[in-house]
Amino acid sequence: MIRVQTEDFDIGAEVAALTAGRTDIGAVVTFSGLVRDANGGSLASLELEHYPGMTEKELARIEREANERWPLQASLIIHRVGKLLPGDNIVLVVAASAHRQAAFEAASFLMDYLKTRAPFWKREDTGGEARWVDARESDGAAAAKWKV
Amino acid sequence: MKLLYFAWVRQKAGVAEEDVTLPGEVRDVSGVISWLRTRGEGYEAAFCDLSVIRCAVDQEHGGLDTPVAGATEIAFFPPVTGG
Repeated sequence: MIRVQTEDFDIGAEVAALTAGRTDIGAVVTFSGLVRDANGGSLASLELEHYPGMTEKELARIEREANERWPLQASLIIHRVGKLLPGDNIVLVVAASAHRQAAFEAASFLMDYLKTRAPFWKREDTGGEARWVDARESDGAAAAKWKV
Repeated sequence: MKLLYFAWVRQKAGVAEEDVTLPGEVRDVSGVISWLRTRGEGYEAAFCDLSVIRCAVDQEHGGLDTPVAGATEIAFFPPVTGG
């Protein structure tokens, strides 16, 4: 399941909804990403821009790929867009499986691929001129290790 | 054909989206970019360093050599920074 939304999400409620009525899930791994102020107090807000249409397609593709590689009972990707504040939630990835290894690996894979494939862009507003965040080479390397 | 621009590519080009008719000789993404660069300073500024330009043809990631014949939508943007 994928969702792109401006609203916040509740990790506990999302996991509860994903596992409700299921008795075949033995492991749930969640990853959540938050807006971090890397420069100690100078970040006023973060604007998340995306490519409506392609974003949903890419997230669905990434999720499908994870489900082909690992035996997942359920998966969920939520990504927020719009104006966010330091400490706010940005992204949630949930992978549920019978055993922990598949859930850990799938959650890691989902994040690595989301960061290099899904068309989102971050712009930092520090009060002065807003700055587009540069892509990190380490994210590309993290995604490359999965050899898709 | 619809062209879309995102993040700083949109800001430099000065446009978010536009409908264009490509010249007949344009075959691929690289041809689209070469043509755009002749259309004004904003496009020239946006596309002066192709190492930081990414594209999608009909909402699929593409490259400079991706054909554009029959495409309905081409998007240009910087490397993605979500997550």
